[in-house]
Parts: sequence; C-alpha cells; structure tokens
Amino acid sequence: MHFWTRGFVLTEFATISPKRMAMRRFLSHKAAVGSCVLLAIMVLAVILSPITARYGVNEQVRKPPNTYLPPQKLAWFGTDDIGRDLYSRLIYGIRVSLIIGLFSAMISTIVGCVVGAVAGFRGGRFDDIVMRVTDLFLAFPFLVALLVIRNTIGGIGWLTAIIGDKSSLRFIVFLLSFFGWMGVARIVRGQILALKEREFIEAARAVGATRRYIVRAHLLPNSIGPIMVALSFAVVGAITAESTLAFFGYGPQAGDGGTSLGILVGAAKGAVQSGYWWIAVFPCFSLVLISLAINFIGDALRDATDPRLDRGE
Amino acid sequence: MLRFATRRMVWAIPTLLLVTFLVYIALRLGTDPLQSYLRANPRATKVKIEQYKAVNGLSSNYVLGYFDWLKNFLIFNWPRSIKGSREVWPELKDSLVNTVRLGSLATFVGVVIGLLVGMFAALKPGSRRDVAVNTVAFLGISIPPYITAVLFQLLFAVYWSRWFGSTLFPTSGVYPPGHSGFDLFLMLKHMALPTIVVAIQVIAVYSRYMRSSLLDVLNSDFMRTARSKGISERQILFRHGVRNALIPVVTIAALDIGSIIGGLIITENIFAYPGMGMYFLSAFAAGDFPLLMPWMVIVVASTLMFNLLADVSYAFLDPRIRLD
Repeated sequence: MHFWTRGFVLTEFATISPKRMAMRRFLSHKAAVGSCVLLAIMVLAVILSPITARYGVNEQVRKPPNTYLPPQKLAWFGTDDIGRDLYSRLIYGIRVSLIIGLFSAMISTIVGCVVGAVAGFRGGRFDDIVMRVTDLFLAFPFLVALLVIRNTIGGIGWLTAIIGDKSSLRFIVFLLSFFGWMGVARIVRGQILALKEREFIEAARAVGATRRYIVRAHLLPNSIGPIMVALSFAVVGAITAESTLAFFGYGPQAGDGGTSLGILVGAAKGAVQSGYWWIAVFPCFSLVLISLAINFIGDALRDATDPRLDRGE
Repeated sequence: MLRFATRRMVWAIPTLLLVTFLVYIALRLGTDPLQSYLRANPRATKVKIEQYKAVNGLSSNYVLGYFDWLKNFLIFNWPRSIKGSREVWPELKDSLVNTVRLGSLATFVGVVIGLLVGMFAALKPGSRRDVAVNTVAFLGISIPPYITAVLFQLLFAVYWSRWFGSTLFPTSGVYPPGHSGFDLFLMLKHMALPTIVVAIQVIAVYSRYMRSSLLDVLNSDFMRTARSKGISERQILFRHGVRNALIPVVTIAALDIGSIIGGLIITENIFAYPGMGMYFLSAFAAGDFPLLMPWMVIVVASTLMFNLLADVSYAFLDPRIRLD
C-alpha cells in the first residue's frame, strides 16, 4: 500500500483537485500505465513507418523463391504467400486499423454524446425513440447487423458519393460509427439522467441558465469520466469489428496492396492448416495486444474517474 | 406478476412484426433478391420469375410485399431456396439443432466454471488469486474468438500430430466426411474445440459478473445482520450471499442464451460447423432471400423471447423489483 491510497488522500490532503486525484489513481494502475507505454511505442512505430518498416507494403524481401519464409534475419516475422515481409506489413496494417479505430470511435462518441445528452435531458418522445432504436439493433447478432447494414447503405446511390465505396476506408469508418454511437449514447443518457436531478443543476436552473448551457457547462463536463471510458471501449470495439469484417472478406480494401490487421489475421485462416505458424501468430498477437492495452486503459479510467467504485482493495 | 408477463408478451408480437418488416426492407435493399435469383437461374422463364416474386412478396410496394411475404410465411408456404430450389425448413432445422447443441453445451460449461471462478475470486477481494482471476478474465474478454479459434487450429490440426503422432481433436465439421448415423463420442470430439472457444468468452464474462455481484451482496447490510444472528459462515455465504448474487447473473444468462442462436457465426465458420452461422454466411453471400428471411425471424424471435424471460425472471427472483 502506498501512502497515497484513497482514504488517505481524502482526509490528509483534502485540497487536492479531483483531476489530480483521478490522475494519481490512474497512475497507480500498473497495467494501464504499461499499456499506455506499449501503445505509445506502437503509435511511434506507425508514425515513423518510413524508418521502422523495413520493406514497402507490397515489396518482396528478395527474388523468388521467397514465399512462406520462416522468421529469419532477412524477414524478422517471416514472409507471406507472395514473399512480402510480415513485419513491415504489420506496421502498415496497424496504421490502418488504428486510424479506423480512432476515427470511428471519435465520431461515435461525439454523436453518442449529443444524442445521449438530448435524450437524457429532454426525456419524452425523443428519448423513447432513441432507446427503442438501440434496443432494435441489440436484437441482432452484431455481425449480422453489420453485414446487412453494410449492404443496405452501400446500395444507396447518392450516399456512395459521401461515404465512398463499400470497400473504402471512409465507408468502414462510417459503418462502425453508425453502430458505435448507440453504446455511448446509452452511457451518457444514464449519466445525465442521474445528474440532472442534483442540486447544482437545480441551482443553475434557478439562476436562469439556458438548457443548452446547462448541458454544455455542467452535465457533459461532469460525465467526462464515463465518456472517456466509453471512448476507449469504442476504439477497441471498432478495431475488433473491422478485423472481424476483414476476416470474413467484407472488410476494407485499403488501396493498392494496402492492409489492415483484419486482413492480416484473415490471411492466417488459410495458412494455419499448412503449418505456417508465423502468419497466424504475429498478427493475432498484435491484435490481442492492442485490444488488451486499450481495455486496460479503459478499465483504469473507469476506476480513476469513479470515486464511488470501491473495488475492495 | 402474471399480468406483467402477459402484457410483455402481447407487446412482443408487434415488436417482432416491426423488426421483421425492417429486416425485409433491409434485405431487399441490401441483397437485391431478384438480381440474385436471376444470377442463380439465368435461364428462368417469365412464369418462374413471377412465381418467385409472388411467393416471396417482392412487389414494388414494400408494405404490401411484406404482408404477402408474411402471409406465405405464416401458412408455411415457404419459398424454396434460389439455388437448387431446396426446401428451407429441413436445412434450417438441422442448423438450428447443431447450433443449439453447441451453444447450450458451451454456455453450460462456461457459466458453471465462470460462476465458480467468480465466487473463488470474490471471497478474498484484493488477494493475489483475485488479481490473477481478474487478469485472466480480462485477457479472455480481450481476445476475439476467431483468434483463439485460429490458434487452436494451428495447435491441434498441425502441431499436435507433428509432436505426438495423432490428432487429439478434429478441427472441422460435426462428423468426419462420409460418416453417417449418430455417434455421441465422435460428435463430442468434434465439438470440443468450438465449445472451448465459445466457453472461454463465457467464463471470462461470467466470472466478472459473479465477482462483482457477489462483492456487492457481501458488502450489504443484511449480511451483517445474518452474521449477528449467529448462523454459520457457510450458510451465510450460500443462503444469503450466493443466492442473492445469482439474481442479476440469471437475468444476464437469459439474455445471452437468446443471442446465442445467431451469435456463434465466427466460431462456426472457422471450425466449419454446420450451424446457424454457416447457414447465414452462405445464404448472405448468395443473396438468398428465401433462406435469409426465416433465419432472421428465428433469430429475432429467440432474442425477444429470452429478453422477455430475463425481465420476468428478474421480477420473479427479486421481489424488491416493482412491476409497472
């Protein structure tokens, strides 16, 4: 036990701000700090891909025969069915997956916050409709809903001009945001419902604050903890959903020979039966590492921002 | 109680109709049933095409078309599949049986182990074993099922025979090719790997539920009252603790069982297990409207039914919940 365990902070250093307190709690979560470091390294490797990647995305490591080389000096993680370096392709793949994950999580968080805040604060019919719609989507297996909606909105002509072709990155981001906002909206709605009856909101209303002001200045900032948690889980959700889609061949075709974690993991399906273990093991482990790291961060964020949550430690 | 249940049941019917209507529209827009029919049967006569449109309710008016489809569906005049003109129900029934078998086995194993693990962790919160259970459960949640499945295949299909000379678990199908008749042992052997893949997730999720639920209960006031009454620690744990902790878990389990019928797509696909998931994927890839609609109805109906069951069981198990 460190000297800054929770109870101690509250009694002895009562002047500490909630933000710093949350920060401390977060930092005492070792797995989450480790995950941050790991993610930072991955992001760096992705940003510096001209340096870190050893070959181009479609470049063969040497003249044939170069297919299915096991890991060696020439290709650290081995080569794939047409002799491309798996290590370099992983870096390019992680880049695409991270972009998809971050963008769709951000879009779904923003949309979810707006919808959830309005639904929770207004209540009434709008609230009913939003909740029914999210219920409706929950009635389907996720993959089924994803595939059917993908085809349905992919078939609408005028929409294609805005969100791109079914196999484009833009489309995948849109599709995943389309599903992602509901989870966030539910969380934000619940939070707002709990907050709006509190005294400080009543006080704000009493001094004549407009509804929009109350939501923007009081309700949303006070829900920042759950929103951050929802955001981090939305990132994991989007990355795994993209991989699942790509695994079944419905994912993005990221340009000329481009790749994503899902495409790499999908390639593993065909390779395992022939015993090319590296093609399965490296992409799978990177995907697991990423989702585990973000999950840990989300979990630590939840612990850090929710002081009521006592985990019995 | 009865009134609550009946009212919920009455509400389930319009919901089911609404959802199937939306599915009908989505599938018509998304898979274009007529085009897929012509693709599968390029030399279909005009009469055949008209017949296909009529029995599937594919008129240009979506609302009227839906009711056409619904009428045919209800009087069990189901259209045949577009490719090979097979009857839908036998195929659907077989996949349903296969999936329910796999799903219930995996859920049962997973829930039992998960609950035990969760209890084990909750008894000593903050201890080393609690941390270990938490970390492993976290890992289980973070690993998508297809990754476990692919790694299992690699291990069992390739390396096991290389190391030990014989395969332990087959990695595809329900029976080896060419097998006919019923053989429980062979079937279980084929189901072992998919079951483990599904059960890992179930264990991870339920151990966490059970842990937090039991911790909630153990920290509540009536536990102190029970202790002060002087009954044995064991009775306190089982009669007051575990029984109360199970209430939310049972509800969640009911929801999960409902979603399992369409929810094993990934695992089934990787292990070539002929269940609802495989059925959906092949039908979807072919744009086979006659095959897809009954599948959707069954999946949605089971989800709604178990949702209802979850609500009712929650109200039934926990008298503190007020209905209406």
